[in-house]
Amino acid sequence: MESQPRIGVYICHCGVNIAATVDVEQVAEFAATLPGVVVSRDYLYMCSDPGQGLIQQDIEEQGLNRVVVASCSPRMHEPTFRGAAQQVGLNPYRLEMANIREQCSWVHADRERATEKAKELVASVVAKAALLEPLEEREVGVTPGAVVVGGGIAGMVAALDLADAGFPVYLVEKSDYLGGRVAELNRTFPTLESVAELLGPLVERVQSHSNITVLLNSQVTGVEGYVGNFEVQISDTQSSVSNVQSGAIIIATGYDVFDPHRKPELGYGQYPNVITSLEMEQRLAEGDLTLNGHAPKSVAFIQCVGSRDAQVGNEYCSRVCCMYTAKQSHQVRELLPEADVTVFYIDVRTFGKGAEEFYDEARAKGVRYRKGNISEIHRCKRSDRGNGSDRVVLVGEDTLLGQPIDFEADLVVLAVGMESRADVTDLSTLLKLPRSTDGFFLEIHPKLRPVDTAVDGVFLAGCCQGPKDIPDTVAQAKAAAASALIPLLRGVVPVISETAVVDSEMCAGCGMCVEVCPYGAPALDSLWNVSRINAVLCKGCGACAVTCPSKAIRLQHFTSEQILAQVDALVGD
Amino acid sequence: MKTKAMTEQLELFGCIQCGKCTGGCPVARKTVLNIRSMIYHMLVEPELEVNAHEELWDCTCCFTCVERCPKDVKPAELIIGLRGQLVESGRIPETIGTALMGIFRQGNPNGMAREDRAAWVNGAQVESAQEGCEVLYHVGCIPAYDLRVQPVASALVRTLTAAGLDFGTLGTEESCCGNEVRRMGEVGLFEMLVEENGELIRSVGASRLVTTSPHCLNTFKNEYGLDDIEVLHYTQLVAELIEQGKLDFGNTGVWGEGVTKKVTYHDPCFLGKQNHIFDEPRAILQAIPGVELVEMDRNRERSLCCEGGGGRMWAEGTNLEERLAFQRVHEAAETGAEILAVACPFCLLTLEDAVKVQGLDEADRNGRTLQVMDIMELVNLALGEE
Repeated sequence: MESQPRIGVYICHCGVNIAATVDVEQVAEFAATLPGVVVSRDYLYMCSDPGQGLIQQDIEEQGLNRVVVASCSPRMHEPTFRGAAQQVGLNPYRLEMANIREQCSWVHADRERATEKAKELVASVVAKAALLEPLEEREVGVTPGAVVVGGGIAGMVAALDLADAGFPVYLVEKSDYLGGRVAELNRTFPTLESVAELLGPLVERVQSHSNITVLLNSQVTGVEGYVGNFEVQISDTQSSVSNVQSGAIIIATGYDVFDPHRKPELGYGQYPNVITSLEMEQRLAEGDLTLNGHAPKSVAFIQCVGSRDAQVGNEYCSRVCCMYTAKQSHQVRELLPEADVTVFYIDVRTFGKGAEEFYDEARAKGVRYRKGNISEIHRCKRSDRGNGSDRVVLVGEDTLLGQPIDFEADLVVLAVGMESRADVTDLSTLLKLPRSTDGFFLEIHPKLRPVDTAVDGVFLAGCCQGPKDIPDTVAQAKAAAASALIPLLRGVVPVISETAVVDSEMCAGCGMCVEVCPYGAPALDSLWNVSRINAVLCKGCGACAVTCPSKAIRLQHFTSEQILAQVDALVGD
Repeated sequence: MKTKAMTEQLELFGCIQCGKCTGGCPVARKTVLNIRSMIYHMLVEPELEVNAHEELWDCTCCFTCVERCPKDVKPAELIIGLRGQLVESGRIPETIGTALMGIFRQGNPNGMAREDRAAWVNGAQVESAQEGCEVLYHVGCIPAYDLRVQPVASALVRTLTAAGLDFGTLGTEESCCGNEVRRMGEVGLFEMLVEENGELIRSVGASRLVTTSPHCLNTFKNEYGLDDIEVLHYTQLVAELIEQGKLDFGNTGVWGEGVTKKVTYHDPCFLGKQNHIFDEPRAILQAIPGVELVEMDRNRERSLCCEGGGGRMWAEGTNLEERLAFQRVHEAAETGAEILAVACPFCLLTLEDAVKVQGLDEADRNGRTLQVMDIMELVNLALGEE
């Protein structure tokens, strides 16, 4: 081993976050007595520029070759401190953090005992630090191209941005047409713009773009590889299979429409004049709302069908129903100026640009809004009122009047919400993509990383991540494309250095590491019958290292020696 | 009165005031009962003056509100809780008090003598469950004592015997299940019944418990914690026996060769809405030769409550004139059915009363009458002369 460890220890006050509960001066004094420690300090904010400067100064002036920062969680500032160390020539893997905030000061009240615990945590990390080895920062090259799954508006927009940036894109669509759910719509809110005029030119551009290969009637059936170098297996309905190399993958698989048969009390499927909002789009597109040749005199809309409803397991708001109902009610007023149009709602949510104004306009046009959602629907007793339509009765309460109501309608539109696709598990399993409790794909951070997933190089766009309207879908699609362009444009991707390595001399070729690895990183070398770990695929989880019966695998930066030293420092006398 | 604690205990904060509870409440349309508004009061006012709400006794505990609530709030449980406070202070309708006293003293709400509980058997061979049996038949108070409902119990005994089942009853040791006791707010008495009945039922060692009444089914299944015992309604058991080919209904129509009658079925709230047993009763009816099953517009999840549950058999409520059962029997008559089939002792009594009061038992213009029958009575017909 190279020269003796010269360790610097830095105890952070984090303002009062740590210092109010932990006696930081005492911890610093204690740390100075630990083996290998040549300097120990405490400071108000270690992550501040002067704080980082302190560390850098000591590395240079005192010749430190190891650094321990005792502060917040490494998830917060490890990159900060590693960067600072690297700037002055210390290998970043020679820096280790002790978490004395989340795991100490924030969760304890007794100052004396918290201080003792902080000392033990610091001692344990110092013991590990003495054994830290420098690791190499590595990068791999990227395949210049992308696969976009889903040919709806999200997938098309994302594909166009990637293609315009000069990368070849495979756009994989399950059905036999482009446009997805949007293609089933008639007009958009709040501008009443024609969907055909919106979608037509977009589809045209996608189909004629020299960088885009559209694969209709096709599905992704296998994914191998890693960020920068995926191998995507695509199968079409004729069962012909092709493999495509891809640097990034964008998932834009959309949503399912809630099936109102699951709310039997609303009589969908039983009464022909109770229809879904999507069926209403079709009728509006045809411009014909007549039933058995008669124009309806009373049209009712029921909000939140299959949304905000724990009974059907959908606790979320579908975010579009309030506005599309305002839009459809608008259109009904235009088509049938004589008809009563009534919307039954729980809350009206109009958060988009121009949305509240559009809702105002609907009411001004005579659309009646009644607070109180409908509990059930029956056939109207006086069903034939001379107009030939089978009237139904909407049974509910007008909550503002505080009165139960029996409201008669000729046409009822159920504002059905969005659900994660029934086949979502296929893709979720293929790509090991986590989903949130609502069933939609899970972004890695709801605010700061809204299009990234737990799988590097796989990004989300549109309603597969959660219900949203067209503007939000398009915005997210463009964000996903921009994120996918980072590795594509850089041409290389960094890979973690804390990977597992095999000592071939020790390896017996039993293959247990191959079985246990969730990322497919180890493989048996058939010639030598030893395991080889693909460092690009390895995520450093350590499963192989603890499984290996020959102890031939070691996880760098978490070696047995390092961990045992930590344990000894904690439980030894 | 402390109602504030109840707001937290029942997690009323989940309520978004959507109105589906009161909107679907059959009683709200005829009295001032408004559970949605009551929940709102509980959320925004520190205390609710329970004594001012006589209409709390109008609720039938049909649980439509619970079924419809999108936020898993249980509105009817608030009514039960508030009734509990009235019970504690003794401010309850006299007839409710009498029913509770009858259950406490004699094990049945009618206050009939305990030693007469097995008199319905009327000479038939019914094994004592205490000797050990596979299926324990819990007869229930109304089928045991009410002359109109006793034939239902007898028909079930005949059917189970015909199928060769090893079953028995608790005889005079059987007591009220307490389902309505809990819903009337008498928690103490209910807990006592659960303990005593639970112990007795477990001691039999039966693997299945079958009930005449959906009300008994509900509490045994959902509130007794009889984990090792499968609790069944008789419609489930009989449908199973038909499925297994253990009952011979013959091929001749029950009303004679070639005679079919339209039969409509009324889903009891405690069987349908609350325990989602919709198909078995219909399967039985369809297996009976001569029965043509026709549906009312309001069926299954949308069935209209007969107003017999939640203690309403012993309390008239605040609107005596308009009865949901009246409305319901007219709905049945509109289907053209001659028979309104039920699967619940309470529904049998309330709907039969309604048929008589509304004059539907007398021939209409088409010479048609409406008759209320329990499904077991139809099965009895199908089994032929004894």
